[in-house]
Amino acid sequence: MMQRRHLLQHAATGAGALGLLSLSGCASETGALLTSSAGGRVPAKTRVLVVGGGYGGATAAKYLRLFSGQKIDVTLIEPSDAFVSCPMSNLVLGGSKTLADVTTPYAALAKNHGVRVIKDMVASIDPVKKVAVLASGPTIAYDKLVLSPGIDLMWDSVAGLRAAQGEGRILQAWKAGPETVALRRQLEAMPDGGVYAITIPEAPYRCPPGPYERACQVASYFKAAKPKSKVLILDANQDVTSKGPLFKKVWAEQYKGMIEYRSQHKATAVDAKTNSVKFEIQDDVKADVLNVLPTMRAGAIAVQTGLANANARWCNVNYLNFESTAAKDIHVLGDSIQIAPGMPKSGHMANSHAKVAAAAIVAELAGWELNPAPMLTNTCYSFTDAKNVVHVASVHEYVAAEKTFKTVAGSGGVSPGPTELEGVYAWSWARTIWADALV
Amino acid sequence: MRLKLLSIYKTLAAAALLAASGAAMAQDSAALRQQALAATCANCHGTQGRAVDGTAVPGLAGIPAVYLVEQMKAFKAGTRQATVMHQLAKGYSDAQIDQIAAYFAAQKK
Repeated sequence: MMQRRHLLQHAATGAGALGLLSLSGCASETGALLTSSAGGRVPAKTRVLVVGGGYGGATAAKYLRLFSGQKIDVTLIEPSDAFVSCPMSNLVLGGSKTLADVTTPYAALAKNHGVRVIKDMVASIDPVKKVAVLASGPTIAYDKLVLSPGIDLMWDSVAGLRAAQGEGRILQAWKAGPETVALRRQLEAMPDGGVYAITIPEAPYRCPPGPYERACQVASYFKAAKPKSKVLILDANQDVTSKGPLFKKVWAEQYKGMIEYRSQHKATAVDAKTNSVKFEIQDDVKADVLNVLPTMRAGAIAVQTGLANANARWCNVNYLNFESTAAKDIHVLGDSIQIAPGMPKSGHMANSHAKVAAAAIVAELAGWELNPAPMLTNTCYSFTDAKNVVHVASVHEYVAAEKTFKTVAGSGGVSPGPTELEGVYAWSWARTIWADALV
Repeated sequence: MRLKLLSIYKTLAAAALLAASGAAMAQDSAALRQQALAATCANCHGTQGRAVDGTAVPGLAGIPAVYLVEQMKAFKAGTRQATVMHQLAKGYSDAQIDQIAAYFAAQKK
């Protein structure tokens, strides 16, 4: 008897809430449709506006549709035709993969899930009026905005870098794309016996193990093609920030005499004429190929909207729904947020953020309580050559008493050492998470 | 005991509702939470547990709940070897594993 009553209650709540969702969905469809100069139809109003189609934004757009049973109308604003993954892009520098291998088009998000994908940029957001203005002109009103703009490279943190990068002399290739290919060309053009140097900014920055993996990839290429060459890692941090013992072992054994690691090297200026870099304390370093990663902060649109309220660099959020602490109904995901303890700025983590935020937004729009105990996972693979891989994995639970995420005691860990088996799993991970976000 | 039965019933009811809906529609708050919890597996095992063709990670959709629970417990206990899963399994409580298993068991392969 009790069970039947319970079931009836379930059914009643479900129907009521879904009715609400449907109605709201219809309401947003009544808005006039304008034509964006960038192509695609721009609605005057959308229930949820997702800004940025990376690991965070694309996943959020898809899962808002899935979790709402396709009831919530979702518009994604993204300037690119295809998503280029930063994870795995170091393999393009190593030469075992091409940029096409790490690229996935956006088309399936519309076709398979009914996400309205508009190729454009958001020029400004008014959090009070709850509208966003697109770079091509139209304005879109929203009930909820999901902001996943990734990182902004702070060019002025290294004097001379903006100009040197503009001329194509000193590259970052930290946002994967044409610059990844350009950096590969610089490595190919470098004579044997040359030096490649990468500078790493102080943490937090996007993808903690990424620079060390990149050093392995470049060394792997040099070992095969230019064995007299050197790889210099110039790290602003006190020590390797991720998978330290694993990377150091690989450098000492597999790349002995080729990779040199120097800690406490904070880059302050570059000189494109001499291809050299200046540091806060240490002596200048000259290299044939200089790869400078400046200090990073939340994507420009987040900063411009006044959401970067942690050290003027990152966006504080309520971790239960990823809502900005600076603006109601704007949910910030991925690399832009002020991280919780032990939370890396990674693609996998952004995908995890997106699912918690999507579920929270569906609940809020249906009038349900937020899940008091959301969970996040992270698995991050690094290739030490073309085939062998190490990982770091973690599981994060929301701790209500401290209003933050913490890693679950006893969970997570790293590989014992690089293996080809993990290389197979790493590539499976990539293909699966790209599909989980975009297909 | 009564509480435990009730929680099992809730899980089963949620799974049954999900299965009945065809599409993975969140029918209520409990089902939405279950779906979001199971989505923490999807990054590696595929959306709704359906693996991407040609990948090395197994799909979870349509796998009997009893089997999934057993495997997760074996990963946690260290009796089943793995590269990553033994580390991730330890992050989930037994109650969470029951919910995740019920969700994937109810998904179409």
